[in-house]
Amino acid sequence: MIKKVRPHINQNEVLLFERSSPGKRGYQLPPLDVPHIDPLSALGARNARSEIADFPEVSEVEAIRHFTRLSAQNYAIDLGLYPLGSCTMKYNPRVNEQAARVEGLAWAHPYQPEGLSQGIMQVMAALEQALAEITGMDAVTLQPAAGAHGEFTGILMVRALLESQGHPRKKLLIPDSAHGTNPATATMAGYAVQNIKSNELGMIDVDELARVADEDVAALMITNPNTLGVFEEHIRRIGEILHAKGAQLYMDGANMNALVGIARPGDFGADVMHLNLHKTFSTPHGGGGPGSGPVAVKRHLIPFLPKPRLSRGDDGWAWNYDLPESIGRVRAFYGNVGVHIRALAYIMAHGGKGLRNATLDAVLNSNYLRVLLEPYYDLPHRAPTLHECVFSDARQAKHGVRTSDIAKRLIDYGFHPYTVSFPLIVPGAMMIEPTETESKAELDLFVDALISIAKEAEETPELVRTAPHDTRTSRVDEVTAARKPILRWEPAQAKES
Amino acid sequence: MLEAMGLSSLEDLFSHVPPEVRLDRPLDIPPGKSEYEILDFFRTHGSECADGYASFLGAGVYRHYRPVLVDTVVSRSEFLTSYTPYQAEISQGTLTTIFEFQTMICQLTGMEVANASMYDGSTAVPEAAMMAVRLTGRDRILVARSVHPEYREVLATYSRHQAIPVVEVNYSQESGALDLSDLERKINPQTAAVIVQSPNFFGIVENYQEAAEIAHRHGALLIFVFTEAVSLGILEPPRTADIVAGELQSFAISPSYGGPFAGIIATKEKFMRQMPGRIVGETKDTRGNRAFCLTLAAREQHIRREKATSNICTNQALVALMATVFMTVYGKQGLRELAGQNLAKAHYLAGKLPLRFSGAFFNEFVVSAKSPDAVNERLLQQKIIGGVPLGRHYPELKTSMLLCATEMSKREDMDTVAEVFAT
Repeated sequence: MIKKVRPHINQNEVLLFERSSPGKRGYQLPPLDVPHIDPLSALGARNARSEIADFPEVSEVEAIRHFTRLSAQNYAIDLGLYPLGSCTMKYNPRVNEQAARVEGLAWAHPYQPEGLSQGIMQVMAALEQALAEITGMDAVTLQPAAGAHGEFTGILMVRALLESQGHPRKKLLIPDSAHGTNPATATMAGYAVQNIKSNELGMIDVDELARVADEDVAALMITNPNTLGVFEEHIRRIGEILHAKGAQLYMDGANMNALVGIARPGDFGADVMHLNLHKTFSTPHGGGGPGSGPVAVKRHLIPFLPKPRLSRGDDGWAWNYDLPESIGRVRAFYGNVGVHIRALAYIMAHGGKGLRNATLDAVLNSNYLRVLLEPYYDLPHRAPTLHECVFSDARQAKHGVRTSDIAKRLIDYGFHPYTVSFPLIVPGAMMIEPTETESKAELDLFVDALISIAKEAEETPELVRTAPHDTRTSRVDEVTAARKPILRWEPAQAKES
Repeated sequence: MLEAMGLSSLEDLFSHVPPEVRLDRPLDIPPGKSEYEILDFFRTHGSECADGYASFLGAGVYRHYRPVLVDTVVSRSEFLTSYTPYQAEISQGTLTTIFEFQTMICQLTGMEVANASMYDGSTAVPEAAMMAVRLTGRDRILVARSVHPEYREVLATYSRHQAIPVVEVNYSQESGALDLSDLERKINPQTAAVIVQSPNFFGIVENYQEAAEIAHRHGALLIFVFTEAVSLGILEPPRTADIVAGELQSFAISPSYGGPFAGIIATKEKFMRQMPGRIVGETKDTRGNRAFCLTLAAREQHIRREKATSNICTNQALVALMATVFMTVYGKQGLRELAGQNLAKAHYLAGKLPLRFSGAFFNEFVVSAKSPDAVNERLLQQKIIGGVPLGRHYPELKTSMLLCATEMSKREDMDTVAEVFAT
C-alpha cells in the first residue's frame, strides 16, 4: 500500500445530552426593557409549558468544542478530492459566503416593501438572466428549493400546458439510467412511469423511443450528458420525435457542469429543465443542503411558471401575482435566495469565458482519470464521456471485492469514495466525477490509490473487503440501524451505556 | 495531461458533441470580476434593502438574534463543504449533529421521531398531508384558513394533481382562532387529516387539543403546523398531534428574503415508515463503538424510485445545523427566557394598539387600522417597517394588519409605532 495518510488524534465526543448538566448556559440576553408577562395568565394553563425536558444545558466552550470535535470526523472538499459522480463536488468559493452575509441582503424580510427591496430583487433578476443565457432558455424561476423540487415544478408546468390543450396525458418516459428523483417526481405530479432502455453505448435507443412515444406520453425526462457521462448524440432527433407527438422534452440539469459555454439545452430541443445551483454553480452542499433548483423554460411554457414572478415596471422591480395560468406556488416566498446570491457571485467571478474554461477543465480531468484507470478497471460503456465516467467492479469481483469495498478502501487512502452502485444499468458501478477543481497532482494521487487498490484486490482481497482500517469509525452496521431503528437519544439509554 | 490522453487540444474532448448543437459564440456574460468588485456589487445592492430600518414584520419570517457561535460552526469547512453523509465512516460529524437535531426536535414538539429536515415549513405541510393520505387510505384534507396563506397555496399546488381535495375551515371573527364548529361540520369519513397552525397566522394560540379530539373521533389525523419555533419554548408541545410540520427559521436562520430555511416533519414512531426525507439512526461500527448512519432508506427515491414517499433528495442540512447550534447555545433555560422576552415585548406593543382578535397570542397579533397602507407609509417616514396588511389574503380583514415583536424590538420603536397609530 502506498502510505500517504497518517491517522490523526481527536478526542471522543459524547452527545450534547450526555455532556449537559443542570444550570449550565452559553447565552446571555439583554435585560428586558418592558414589563415581564406571566405566561400562565397570558397563555392560559392549557397552553403554558413548564419545561423542555432533557433539552441540552452546556457552556459556550463546551458547545464550540462539541461541534468542532464532531466536524473533525467529517471528510470535506476542503480536505481533498470528493469524486462523487453526478454530485459535482467542486470548490465552494468563500467570497460567495461573504456576499450572502451582507447585512441588507441577509436580513431582508420577504414582506418588506418592494421599494426597499430593489437591491435584492436586482440580484435575483441578474441571476435569472444569466441562467437563461447559459441554458439558452427564455425564462427562469428561482423558486424551487432543490433539484428534485425543480423537477416537480417543471413537470407540473408540462402538465398545465397539456391540460390547457385539452388533456394532461398519462405517463412520463424515463431512461433506465436516470436519477431516482425522476420517477419519484413523476408520481408526485400524477404521472405513471415508463422506463426506456439504454443501448450498448449507454444512450437512449432512438428507435425504441420512436416506438413507445405516443399520445399518452406527456414528456421524456432526460439527463444530458446522462449518468454515464455520455452526451446523447441524437438529442435533436429525440426532441423531434417527442414534439411530433405533442410531448415535451424535460431535461434534468444535474450534469450541466459538462455543458456550460459548450452547448445549451435550449438550442438542442429541451422545453424545460432544472439546474442545481449546489452542483454546477458552486454553492456549498453543506452535508446535504441547502440547494436550489431553478427551472428554465422555453417561451410556450412561460404562462405556467410558478407565481409570483419578477417583473420590471416604471418604478423598478415588482412581484407579479397576476398570472392566471400559473401552476401556483411551489414554496413560500421566493426561493432559497441566500443560495441565489452565492451562485451569482460564482458566475460574476468567472464571467462567460471563465465558465466555459471551467467546463473544459472538468471534462479534461474526468477524461484524464478515465484514461489512467482503464488498464485497471472495467469500463462497460465505451462511448466518449464528458464530465464523469463510470467503471464497474467486474475485474475485482472475481476476487470477491465489490464496488462498495473499493469505495471503503479509498477512505484509507484519504479520499472520499466515488458514487457507489449507480447508475443502476451498470452492475457494480463506480461513478467518478472529479470536477474542474482538482489539480493534476491531486488526480495523480487518486489514480495511485485506485491502482494500488486494484492490486490489493488481487493479492489481499480480505484487506479491501474489511476496509476502512485507518478511520476512527470502522465499517458501520447499517442493517441493524434499519432493523431496530434508534432515531433519538433518550435518557434511559444513556443510563444503560 | 492531454499528452497522456493522446489528444492535441481541449476541444478534442468534445468531438462527439454534434456540431449543430454546439454554442458557436461566447456566453453573453460580462468578464470575470475580482473578489473586491464582487463584494462591492453585493454591498451596494444590500444597502438598497431597508438597511437601518426597524421592522415589525413577522408572518412566517422572524427577526431573532443570531448567536455568533452559529456562523462560527457552520463556516467550518468540514460541515460546509461535505456532501450528504452516505459514507458513514467519514461523515460522523454531520450524522451525529443530525441525530442531535432529531432528538431536540422531538423534545421540543413532544413527538417520537423527526426527520433530518425538509426544504421549509411551506413544503413540509403538503408532504405531511400526503403522508396522512398514505397512512389513512383516505384522500380529503381539511386545512384551517388561519394557516399561513402561502403555505395553503403550496398545499393547493401539491394536492391538485394527486386528486386530494382540500377544504378550508373558517376561523372565528371574534377570537381569531379556528372555528371548531365549522370543523365539526366539514369533517367526514373521507377526511385524512386536519391541518392546524399554532400560533396561527394571526398569532393566536390555537385550541389544537380540541381539534385533535375532533379529528381522532372521525378517524382522521391531526397535522400541527408551526412557523414561529421560538414559541415552543413557552407553549405546550403538540403531544396529541399525529404529525408536526414546522419551520425553524426563528432558530438563527437569517430572513434572507425568504430562504434558505429549514422545515421539519416529526411524528409518532408507528408512523415513521411513511415519513419523507432523510433520517439518521444510531448503530455500532465493527469495533463496537457507537456510530450513526442514514437509515430507513427503503422509503426514499434512490431506492424506491416511483414508489418513494417523496422525491426529496437534497434538503437543508447546513441550515438545520444552524438550528442545532442555536438550540444548544440557548438550551433548556435560554429558549424559555427568549420566548418569555418575545411574549413580553409583543404584549407591551399590543397593549398600546387596537387589537382585532380576543384570543391569546405569543409574539404576533392583528390590529385594526382604517388604512394599513397609510399607517405603514407614516411608519416608513420614521424608518420603521410596520406590519403586513391582511386584505390581500383575507378580503374580510382589509382594515387589519399583522404585527410582530421579538426580543430585538426596541421599546422606543414600539412607542413610536403606538404614536403613529394614535395620530
